[in-house]
Amino acid sequence: MPVAITADEHETDTVYAARADARAQGAKVAEAMPYLPASSSPFVPAGVDPETLVWAETVAAGGYTHKAVARGTRLRLEDVSGEACAHLLVYNALEPWERINVADTQKIPWQAYLGAGHPLLSGDGRVLATIVSDDSGHHDAFCGTSTLERNLRRYGAGTADSAAPAGRELFTLAAAKHGLAPRDLAPSVSFFKGVQVQPDGALEWRGAAGAGAAVELVAELPLIVLIANVPHPIDPRPEYVSGLLRVHAWRSRPTAPDDPVWTVSPERTRAYLNTADYAGARGL
Amino acid sequence: MTAVSQLAGRSTAVGYLTVESERLLDPAAYAPGTVLEPGEPLVSGEVVLDEFVAARTAWSAVVRAGDVLTIVDVGANQSGDCLIYSAENTAERYSVPDTIVGNGNVYLDTGSVLYSTEGRPLATVVGNEIARQDTIGGACSKESNTLRYGHHTFAEHGCRESFLSEASRYGLGVRDLTSNINWFMNVPVEPDGSLGIVDGMSAPGKRVAIRAERDVLVLVSNCPQMNNPCNDFNPTPLRMVVTRPGGAA
Repeated sequence: MPVAITADEHETDTVYAARADARAQGAKVAEAMPYLPASSSPFVPAGVDPETLVWAETVAAGGYTHKAVARGTRLRLEDVSGEACAHLLVYNALEPWERINVADTQKIPWQAYLGAGHPLLSGDGRVLATIVSDDSGHHDAFCGTSTLERNLRRYGAGTADSAAPAGRELFTLAAAKHGLAPRDLAPSVSFFKGVQVQPDGALEWRGAAGAGAAVELVAELPLIVLIANVPHPIDPRPEYVSGLLRVHAWRSRPTAPDDPVWTVSPERTRAYLNTADYAGARGL
Repeated sequence: MTAVSQLAGRSTAVGYLTVESERLLDPAAYAPGTVLEPGEPLVSGEVVLDEFVAARTAWSAVVRAGDVLTIVDVGANQSGDCLIYSAENTAERYSVPDTIVGNGNVYLDTGSVLYSTEGRPLATVVGNEIARQDTIGGACSKESNTLRYGHHTFAEHGCRESFLSEASRYGLGVRDLTSNINWFMNVPVEPDGSLGIVDGMSAPGKRVAIRAERDVLVLVSNCPQMNNPCNDFNPTPLRMVVTRPGGAA
C-alpha cells in the first residue's frame, strides 16, 4: 500500500517547491515495486548472476505486472507468503495473436496439471514457454482468472482500483499497455493455488504449497508476459486473500535438442521443432 | 464495440444445403454401418431455422434471446466444435474457465450455464442426451495436428480453419478464436491428470439443446478430424434446429 502522506506535509505552492517536493520522494521504498536496474534487486535468486537480470519486481497483492522479454529469458515467480496466485498470459511478442492456448496446453501433452517440464503451447503448434522448475505443485489450467462480475458478487468490489481487483480487470490494463484489447484475453493459467478434477468432473480446491514456493519458465519465443496477482476464482475463503509475488527474469537460453524436455514425448519434440523452425525463419 | 448487426457478414443464418440433403442423409456416403437419425428439436415451439451441416463444414447463426438451438448428432459421435459470442459485442464471448468455475464442473450437462468472458450467462443447456459434454478438449487445427499426429497431417483441414473461415464472414479473425465447446465429444480426466479424447458415448439422433440468454452468434465447426475418435473416424452431418418456445409449433 502507498504510504499515506497528508497534504500539509508538502510544500507545493510554487513550481520550484512542487518540483523539489516531487524529487524528494524518489528514494522511498515500497513493499511492492520494481527494482532498477534489475541487478540491484534486494532479492536476487540463488545462483543467478545479478548482471544477467532483466526484470526484478515485487508485485502487490491484488496487483499486476507485464513485460516484453526476449527468447531464452528465464522467468522466476515466487509466492512470498503463500498467499500469491500468479495468473499468467503469454503472447508471441512479434505476432501477438499467437497466444497461450490452454486447451492445447493440456491436450497435447495428454496432461491436465501443470508442473516441471510442461510446455505452455499456443494455438499455432508452438511452445511459447516451458515450465523448467516447480517446487509448488499447486497450479491450475482449468479455472482461468476472476471477473468483475464474480468479484462484485463475492467481495462487493472488483474494478482495478478497488480493494478486490478481478484478474480480468487487471489483465485488461496490462494488455492495453501492449496495444492489446479484451478480445486478446484468452483463458489464462495460474500458479501457486491448486485445483484437481474429480471423476465426475467436479473441482477440488487444493490450496497452496506454502510460503516461498517458486516456478521458473523459459521463454521459447519473444514474449509479452502479463501477470495478475489475485485470488484464485475458486478460493473458498470469503475474504479477498492475496500476497506479494516476486518476479525475476534473466538471460538464459531456449530449450534445445539436448534438453530432456525436447524428447520427453513425440508431441513435445514436434512442438519444439515447430518453434525452432519459426525462430529460424524469423532470424531469431 | 463490434455488434454482429454492424458487421459485413450475415446477421441471419445461411444454410449449407448446397450438398443435396438426400446425399447428405445417404448412409452410403459414410463408413459402412453408418446409421443416420435426423431427430427432432428437444424443445418444441415455432421452428425459426432448420438446417443440416454437412460433414467437415462450418455453420453459424444468430440465435435470439429465448430461442432454443437443438443440435442433433445425426450419425453418432460427431464432434460439434462450438463458439458463442454476444451478438451486441463480440468481444464478450464464450469462456471455458468462467463456465467451469460457474458450474463447478469441467463437463457440461442439463442446467449448465454457458458463461462469457465477463462472467455473464450467454446460454443455458436446457436438454442433453449424453453424459460429459466436453469443453476442455479445444479445437483441432492444421498446426496442432502436426504435434499430435505428425507433420504428414499438415495438409488436412481442422476446426480452427473452419472457425476462421466462418468467423471471417462477420469480420472476426484469429484474435476472436478462443477455447470452445465440443458437443458429443468425450474427454475424461484421469486421477493423475492424464486427459485425452476417447471413444464417444453418443448414438444416432442424440441431442443437446441450449437456450440463448441474450442474442448470440453461434459458430459451429462440424469437426473434420480423422486421426482420433472424436468423430468415430467417420465425419457425419449435424442438424441445427432453432425453435421459439411459445411460438406456433
